[in-house]
Amino acid sequence: MKVLTANRLIDGEAVWLAPGDIWAETLDAADVAQDKAAEDLLELAARRWAQKNEVVDINLIDVVVAGGVIRPTRLREQIRADGPTNRRDLGKQARRLVAA
Amino acid sequence: MYRYDEFDHAFVTARVAEFSDQVQRRLAGEITEDQFKPLRLMNGVYLQLHAYMLRVAIPYGTLSSAQMRMLAHIARTYDKGYGHFTTSQNIQYNWPALADIPAVLADLASVEMHAIQTSGNCIRNVTADHFAGAAADEVADPRPYGEILRQWSSVHPEFSYLPRKFKIAVTGAERDRAAIQVHDIGLHLKKNEKGELGFAVYVGGGQGRTPMIAKKIRDFLPEADLLSYTTAIVRVYNLHGRRDNKFKARIKILVHETGTEELTGWIEEEFAAVKESELKLPESDIRAIAHYFAPPELPPRAEGWAEIAAQRKADSGFDAWLRRNTVAHHHPDYACVTISLKGIGEVPGDASDAQMDAVADIAERYAFDEIRVSHEQNLVLPHVAKADLKAVHDALVAAGLATANAGLITDIIACPGLDYCALANARSIPVAQEISQRFGAQARQEEIGELKIKISGCINACGHHHVGHIGILGVEKKGTELYQITLGGSGDEQTSIGEIIGRGFGPGEITDAIEVVVDTYLAHRAGREETFLDAYRRLGPAPFKEALYGSDAKAA
Repeated sequence: MKVLTANRLIDGEAVWLAPGDIWAETLDAADVAQDKAAEDLLELAARRWAQKNEVVDINLIDVVVAGGVIRPTRLREQIRADGPTNRRDLGKQARRLVAA
Repeated sequence: MYRYDEFDHAFVTARVAEFSDQVQRRLAGEITEDQFKPLRLMNGVYLQLHAYMLRVAIPYGTLSSAQMRMLAHIARTYDKGYGHFTTSQNIQYNWPALADIPAVLADLASVEMHAIQTSGNCIRNVTADHFAGAAADEVADPRPYGEILRQWSSVHPEFSYLPRKFKIAVTGAERDRAAIQVHDIGLHLKKNEKGELGFAVYVGGGQGRTPMIAKKIRDFLPEADLLSYTTAIVRVYNLHGRRDNKFKARIKILVHETGTEELTGWIEEEFAAVKESELKLPESDIRAIAHYFAPPELPPRAEGWAEIAAQRKADSGFDAWLRRNTVAHHHPDYACVTISLKGIGEVPGDASDAQMDAVADIAERYAFDEIRVSHEQNLVLPHVAKADLKAVHDALVAAGLATANAGLITDIIACPGLDYCALANARSIPVAQEISQRFGAQARQEEIGELKIKISGCINACGHHHVGHIGILGVEKKGTELYQITLGGSGDEQTSIGEIIGRGFGPGEITDAIEVVVDTYLAHRAGREETFLDAYRRLGPAPFKEALYGSDAKAA
């Protein structure tokens, strides 16, 4: 399974393509491609978004979904989704704590 | 230190305006990312895992309190309250928004700073001995030459699109504190028998995926020929360096593939052609630049000697700090102070905005307003009267900056690693923190003695692991982090590349493995005076392999 991820041009924030063709700031909102057809649609979206100037460095990444939770297979992408592991008070992980 | 003249001010101001315009046009979609990327890199703007990263240049690691206060202001206003001092004597901010960077650059310009050429395939920040102009063992201050090279290399019309980045380091003592032999060009400032100033010139050093020690190609280059000779080297590199493979594009590969003798021949031929051109440095020009680096007036402060003895007795923390974090100054009443940015269990090289402000205050009050950044990710106050060391120490304690571990096992160099960096394969900071915690006890650290651990989160070696006494390289294996240990590296005048000791260790094992290495050293050293590095060079890898892997030693 795959999701599409990028960084927002204006501030570099890590984002994921969500249903409705919008970029979400949290991985849990991402549109998960469960089969090849859906992956192809994400590829098309990637190419379309690359023409605009809202996000950069657009990539399809591997995820698994377990218990309703989307988890990237690579540690790198998990860190992108959370924030630096040595500063739990920074990044998206900190915002989750505040929101909770 | 160097002060901008009207030309410098105008240049930096124009550059800020130019980049602001480029950012606006990028945000408006008038230029594409492919067009913009090389432009933003030339202004020190990277895109990392969580955000952009801005790398600000600190030429030859020297700055004033006003400049340090501005760095604190930027951390506070545009970032998340901290900055990271790097192995190239620069500072990095991890969270600036692209839209804010023009404002950051304007703020920097107001204190004569910039982020020009801290990235990209150009000549980067020229680094120098962090004790320059102060250390007792120095022959001459290398920084004027760092400044000359900086001016020459800034927006150089011929050398702005090199095959790859280019790094130059300068040192002015026999003890090499600038790691010149692992730079593209290393310059060792010295005097000949007539007392004239010049350089031993080294070419083709570097780390990364193919670490190489530089080759000395000139024993003594007169100072007047500095720019013509450097031009010759970079011109030959620019013409012949590989552009087909990013990983084979540094000058070290050109030296290796061409052969030192042949390449030196090309360089000397080019040098002969430009030797008497406008690149020749008139004595008056050199002295004019050197004038900016004249040491401050250092009044005699002989009262320090007696005061210190009593202060040491009264405060064991101060005593330890004095022992570890001060170095002999050429003036007997003064000392060079290392401000450790390696608090036990803290992030190596990071400083909060409050800490930066504290250092600025201390420098202004006690250290003639001069601060240095070392390539080992610490700060330095090069000129502090011995009589003021206690006051400086106490002020540092209040700011959480008085860890007495300079050169000890917890004085670790670590790159940002996978916690921040888009290039990384493994995390480096948590490894550094864990090792620091394990060995944090002062007495234990001092018992172990000088031991430089350097950690990189990928093969690019920004943590300089190849020249660590103990080097740790983080790699990704089967989706998890794995740490390879190298032993016996060194970045000083007897530069050596560390040797891989065996198969790697997982995140849960690496600190234990380091402890085994340290215990093996302690068990085998000839005595307390034999450092880890000396012991390793005497013993070789065998006892360490045995201790780590037993008879089960497998290849890495």
